[in-house]
Amino acid sequence: MALERCDVEKIAHLARLGLAEADLPRTTDALNSILGLVDQMQAVDTTGIEPLAHPLEASQRLRADVVTESNHRDSYQAIAPATDSGLYLVPKVIE
Amino acid sequence: MQWEVVIGLEIHTQLATQSKIFSGSATTFGSEPNTQASLIDLGMPGVLPVLNQEAVRMACMFGLAIDAEIGQHNVFARKNYFYPDLPKGYQISQMELPIVGKGHLDIALDDGTVKRIGITRAHLEEDAGKSLHEDFSGSTGIDLNRAGTPLLEIVSEPEMRSAKEAVAYVKAIHALVRYLGICDGNMAEGSLRCDCNVSIRPKGQAEFGTRCEIKNVNSFRFIERAINSEVQRQIDLIEDGGKVIQETRLYDPNKDETRSMRSKEEANDYRYFPDPDLLPVVIESAYLDDLRATLPELPPQKVERFQSQYGLSAYDANVLASSREQAEYFEKVAAIGGDAKLAANWVMVELGSLLNKLGVEIDQAPVTAEQLGGMLLRIRDNTISGKIAKTVFEAMANGEGDADQIIETRGLKQVTDSGAIEKVLDEMLAANAEQVEQYRAADEAKRGKMFGFFVGQAMKASKGKANPQQVNQLLKSKLEG
Amino acid sequence: MHQLTLAEIARGLADKSFSSEELTRALLARIHQLDPQLNSFISVTDDLAISQAQAADARRAAGESGALLGAPIAHKDLFCTQGIRTSCGSKMLDSFTAPYDATVVAKLAAAGTVTLGKTNMDEFAMGSANESSHYGAVKNPWSLEHVPGGSSGGSAAAVAARLLPAATGTDTGGSIRQPAALTSLTGLKPTYGRVSRWGMIAYASSLDQGGPMARTAEDCALLLQGMAGFDPKDSTSIDEPVPDYSASLNTSLQGLRIGLPREYFGAGLDPRIADLIQASVKELEKLGAVIKEISLPNVQHAIPAYYVIAPAEASSNLSRFDGVRFGYRCENPKDLTDLYKRSRGEGFGSEVQRRIMVGTYALSAGYYDAYYLKAQKIRRLIKNDFMAAFEGVDVILGPTTPNLAWKIGAKNADPVAAYLEDVYTITANLAGLPGLSMPAGFVDGLPVGVQLLAPYFQEGRLLNVAHQYQQVTDWHTRAPNGF
Repeated sequence: MALERCDVEKIAHLARLGLAEADLPRTTDALNSILGLVDQMQAVDTTGIEPLAHPLEASQRLRADVVTESNHRDSYQAIAPATDSGLYLVPKVIE
Repeated sequence: MQWEVVIGLEIHTQLATQSKIFSGSATTFGSEPNTQASLIDLGMPGVLPVLNQEAVRMACMFGLAIDAEIGQHNVFARKNYFYPDLPKGYQISQMELPIVGKGHLDIALDDGTVKRIGITRAHLEEDAGKSLHEDFSGSTGIDLNRAGTPLLEIVSEPEMRSAKEAVAYVKAIHALVRYLGICDGNMAEGSLRCDCNVSIRPKGQAEFGTRCEIKNVNSFRFIERAINSEVQRQIDLIEDGGKVIQETRLYDPNKDETRSMRSKEEANDYRYFPDPDLLPVVIESAYLDDLRATLPELPPQKVERFQSQYGLSAYDANVLASSREQAEYFEKVAAIGGDAKLAANWVMVELGSLLNKLGVEIDQAPVTAEQLGGMLLRIRDNTISGKIAKTVFEAMANGEGDADQIIETRGLKQVTDSGAIEKVLDEMLAANAEQVEQYRAADEAKRGKMFGFFVGQAMKASKGKANPQQVNQLLKSKLEG
Repeated sequence: MHQLTLAEIARGLADKSFSSEELTRALLARIHQLDPQLNSFISVTDDLAISQAQAADARRAAGESGALLGAPIAHKDLFCTQGIRTSCGSKMLDSFTAPYDATVVAKLAAAGTVTLGKTNMDEFAMGSANESSHYGAVKNPWSLEHVPGGSSGGSAAAVAARLLPAATGTDTGGSIRQPAALTSLTGLKPTYGRVSRWGMIAYASSLDQGGPMARTAEDCALLLQGMAGFDPKDSTSIDEPVPDYSASLNTSLQGLRIGLPREYFGAGLDPRIADLIQASVKELEKLGAVIKEISLPNVQHAIPAYYVIAPAEASSNLSRFDGVRFGYRCENPKDLTDLYKRSRGEGFGSEVQRRIMVGTYALSAGYYDAYYLKAQKIRRLIKNDFMAAFEGVDVILGPTTPNLAWKIGAKNADPVAAYLEDVYTITANLAGLPGLSMPAGFVDGLPVGVQLLAPYFQEGRLLNVAHQYQQVTDWHTRAPNGF
């Protein structure tokens, strides 16, 4: 399952990672190397086996419907790159 | 070419919990930006979600109300995509194993028939934040107060065949979630949002045509118009030789047309996988049994019962049962007043237009059910006429007290003493001797109109207080001679 | 004072041989003096440490006692520490001051620990050599040209160099046990769900666990006692009572059944390491243990399964790092996509970007079944192997690593080369089992570790076996030259 450069570009876009042109070949090779390792899984017979998502098969605990949080906007936004009037700012998005 | 319209709806309902689905933040609408956004809602590094039990209960109630299979082992999954109102870069939703499976809802069509619409599934997920595009030149402002509010996404089968059916379905869902007390259905505030999937196909064709999704239509009227305009667009496109491309569109009510959305990526690969920070939700049968016992009487049963118990027409039953509050109000009035049809009339017509005028819902009606019921008793025992009742009703709405108080204070008691009425009539007829002669000389047809003149005069002379039926009766006999 | 273990410190503070403040000042001075050689700290928190030490001394004066009261430790820079930079070894979080404390941090602070600083680590916990940190590689105090292991390389190096007695680490594929082995420390990865993950910045959510790293099992028991426990803020936290880990350290090993998986002693294991492991087995037999050969037939598939599951979960966990609400933001983003791509492209190092891409690919349309789902099925096969094995043995023993520490830079050419070093450790993460590594000797001056695995929630057993072993051996008492 070898990746081509265009596959790598698509994956990088899905993951919103800006890859430099110059790095593409090396990244493609590295990814193919990892996928080569991972493809070994295909040889394993897993017929009838259920996937294991959590090691200790417990079930979700529920919490009571109570408001426990209060307003900490100032301290949370103190570490934000860009805010205005309490809003987080990003470059304009056209809908 | 005969076209068939195929519509499926995805309705997002905000569940009326106190706190968010995965965090303890408040869900109040309209607060200052980012004052209801906790560490979890902001997607800070290291935070973890914990599930709100009330969201589970509300989803199960919905499932039971639509006769659906409940997913007794349901799983939360991550829907991965990048957008600034989605702080974690993924939305916690449900994919393969939703909390509610296949169910159905019956809708009343305009022609009086009932159609059963299949519901594919309903699942829990968290809402995203809001983007504000005005106010910041070159930037968009993000408010995450809404991020994490619990949503129940209800997906219908593509079984609606017209915009009107679609609206009837949305109205039925709207009424149902309000009946269950799980969502306030406030479309203007975004508590209930509708995405319409619309496609067309030649009549008789089995395969579906390519569909377009019209996102976030927020009123019943717009839903109908948006669907109709999209259908027309698709018909025109195909008949001109074009092809419908699968895409997401927005409805512009000013131009009454749909347009393609530019920002949301088409054919997004959401890379769903079970959220490893949450465990599978297990719902015991005993829990569901207990919950089932708490289900209120639902709209379809109420409509049926209003017809059989009160003898109302299907139309009236549907109107009165359209909201739980209205149904309860009506039944109270009927019980106190002792006449269901009279109660139905007053609630639908007089109260209805009053509420409309004031722009309020029935839970803020200025006349209580007790007051209205009390007034109806006075109509029935002939203390007041139906016409005078309108005056009494207005006075109650203005806070002048109960019916009895108003009738007393304003001296609105109806005159029912035949002797007294006869006296008034005799005087009136004597004062209009010429018209009496003309009446007696006229034929059937002309008499009808002239009779009205005498009734009017009689009511005027009695200051409206004479019992109309008696006036009619006595006038007739006096005029006949 | 820097030679003292946590247990000795607890006794020294209790009988007033020294105060927490004296000890803290001495260690801070030692850190400032010696750490430039190792680069094991990202942040040294002098002011915080002194004020915490003074507070602990005051609590002790007021009559409080407790094994961790006034104990100096450090936290891997993956645990959120309120008001203090929490970087995960990444440029992405270089400017991130955590707005809250991780549960582990809060619990230990409540018990009276003194935080000397935040330790260096592989970026976002992705690595086995601590070479991928934005803050530079960490050196192994046993040989400054060699890697200390990773991703908790900073905690390992600092403790091994006696800059402090103990530190917290996290383990997703071996990141506590492997650096412990390469630096001659005792390190424990608890059962999945034993230690809260609230505030422990996520790499792979279903594999991550926080745990103690120290020079002795006795110290690990003390630190684990303060870390373990149910946390309602973590849905994956298990509500299982926490036993007294120190109380069971001295249980006799008579009759203990130890399983040796034949798959762990095959090709690929450095024979010199194999010899030391066999020697440790002999010691345990002398203490009364009974040895059985067992088989874990599916462990050979663990590496590919791990290198799908971990990157897949990581690719999603790291999506929140987008330059919007915290962390690194690129200069002058021209639009939203540019903001994302450059903030993430410039903020993340190359190993992190590679794993994000592998994970994204593994979850993408058309590949989910063949990769992610397949890996989760193999995971169940591995768990089943262990469950079956534990029917007949009480602990499983094997090497922690197949090779000795390698030279810094030696495995940079091929990412997969480093991945293969995790072969013995990742199975415990996949199955959620507790695992411990303890010192078993040296080869050419480089430390070797032996690993023990136990059934769920039997950390006490692991610490007991390790402690008994440490009563009859002295590998754990050796210190590196110059430290």
